[in-house]
Amino acid sequence: MSNIPRIPTVESLLTSVVDSLQTDTYSDAVLVGIRRGGAWIVDELQKRLGRAEPPGYIDISFYRDDFAMVGLQPEVGGSELPFSLDDTHVILVDDVIHTGRTIRAAMNELFDSGRPKKVSLVSLIERDGHELPIRADICPLRLSLAPNEHVKLLGPEPLAFEIVKRIRETK
Amino acid sequence: MSSSGLRDSHIQLNEDGSLRHFLTIDGLSQSLLTEIMETAERFIDFGQRKIKKAPLLRGYTIVNLFFEPSTRTRTTFEIAAKRLSADVINLSAQRSSTSKGETLLDTARNLQAMHADMLIVRDSHAGAAHLIATHLNNQLQVVNAGDGRHAHPTQAMLDMFTIRQHKPDFSKLAVAIVGDVLHSRVARSQIQALVILGVPDIRVIGPNTLIPTDVESLGVTAHTSMDTGLDNVDVVIMLRLQRERMTGQLIASEQEYFKTWGLTEERMAAANKDAIVMHPGPINRGLEISSSMADSSKSLILPQVTNGIAIRMSVLSMVMSGAEGAGE
Repeated sequence: MSNIPRIPTVESLLTSVVDSLQTDTYSDAVLVGIRRGGAWIVDELQKRLGRAEPPGYIDISFYRDDFAMVGLQPEVGGSELPFSLDDTHVILVDDVIHTGRTIRAAMNELFDSGRPKKVSLVSLIERDGHELPIRADICPLRLSLAPNEHVKLLGPEPLAFEIVKRIRETK
Repeated sequence: MSSSGLRDSHIQLNEDGSLRHFLTIDGLSQSLLTEIMETAERFIDFGQRKIKKAPLLRGYTIVNLFFEPSTRTRTTFEIAAKRLSADVINLSAQRSSTSKGETLLDTARNLQAMHADMLIVRDSHAGAAHLIATHLNNQLQVVNAGDGRHAHPTQAMLDMFTIRQHKPDFSKLAVAIVGDVLHSRVARSQIQALVILGVPDIRVIGPNTLIPTDVESLGVTAHTSMDTGLDNVDVVIMLRLQRERMTGQLIASEQEYFKTWGLTEERMAAANKDAIVMHPGPINRGLEISSSMADSSKSLILPQVTNGIAIRMSVLSMVMSGAEGAGE
């Protein structure tokens, strides 16, 4: 029996992220959420930050590196980037960072849509199991979990994290 | 219109019902046709992007194997494959070894030996794509880009997709298909798709010589008068007069044909006010359709071409996704 860590509420994690984003570094940056979980987080951040610019969303289905193994993924909502990315500071948002492959795919898609001045990475949780040199710039919670344990964001209403154990590891 | 006996559905589907080849509309489920259109929806904005590509099929080799002339279909398949980052090889009959006597299957086996992942096949013989899929089963994916008079499933799907953009509820539609139904693989695939999607009123209109005698067994009504056939329809699909496939005198003269079955703005007055006009191309101006009708705001001929790219991206990604080894 492993000890499954308790996770703080999404609300408290969001508050911490909002505090970090209310600095000069991020004042002129645009929010882009990765569907689905990151898009839900972006909507909450947008409510709290009240930015004039509407947020963008990214669907990485066509940029995944595991197509040959898992095939086409179901629709999660499509990409919407209602602004030019050229010379823009992008805050890329996801709910959980694990292997880093999702972030790599999202960055590839961002750079197919423009040439951002800077990309910052924000996540509510970063867990161990990185497979790429990708780390969040802002992340209020870092977790150490067993390989078969996964953090899942339930939502969109209400948002809550749960830790699930998978019997069989996905490829 | 006798069925050619090609019941491809069992070979074009995996056990879980996903596509592994795309050979015909016949026998596919409504949910699968809807999935093809919904996946195409996800690709529709790619054309407006700065970089019109996604890496989904990077590393895959797709061969356009065309034994019949084609501009639109071949080009849009090529664009679709390239937008998905696949490598595309174009082979046409004029410069292939088939003119030296090699059979279709030998050509396909050679391409397989070169590690092609998918063949997109157009041939003047019904069943050509089916033949390749059967004999090279599970080792490469096959997409039918038109086989004889049999089927042209991606054309039918892009037409359904275009209709859906303007008339989302198929269960309320009256659709007329006008012209050379006899020689048209497009019409066969369209009729099958319309029936599967639940369109209650499907009509074919044309001279007796160009309407197959048993057409009504497909679930359509046949009309020889444009005025009654177009009465209150929502969608008019014109077909090209396929003079190259005609043997014998099937129409009196081109002038006579246009006078009786050509689509003009005056004739369109019989259709519903917001009816749309489609044509799979290439259009013969002044033969099936008047120039002003083809260029009118009701005409969706060019949006059909654009939609063809999204539908073909959808089919290529779904078929490749259904390849052996994917999704397991």
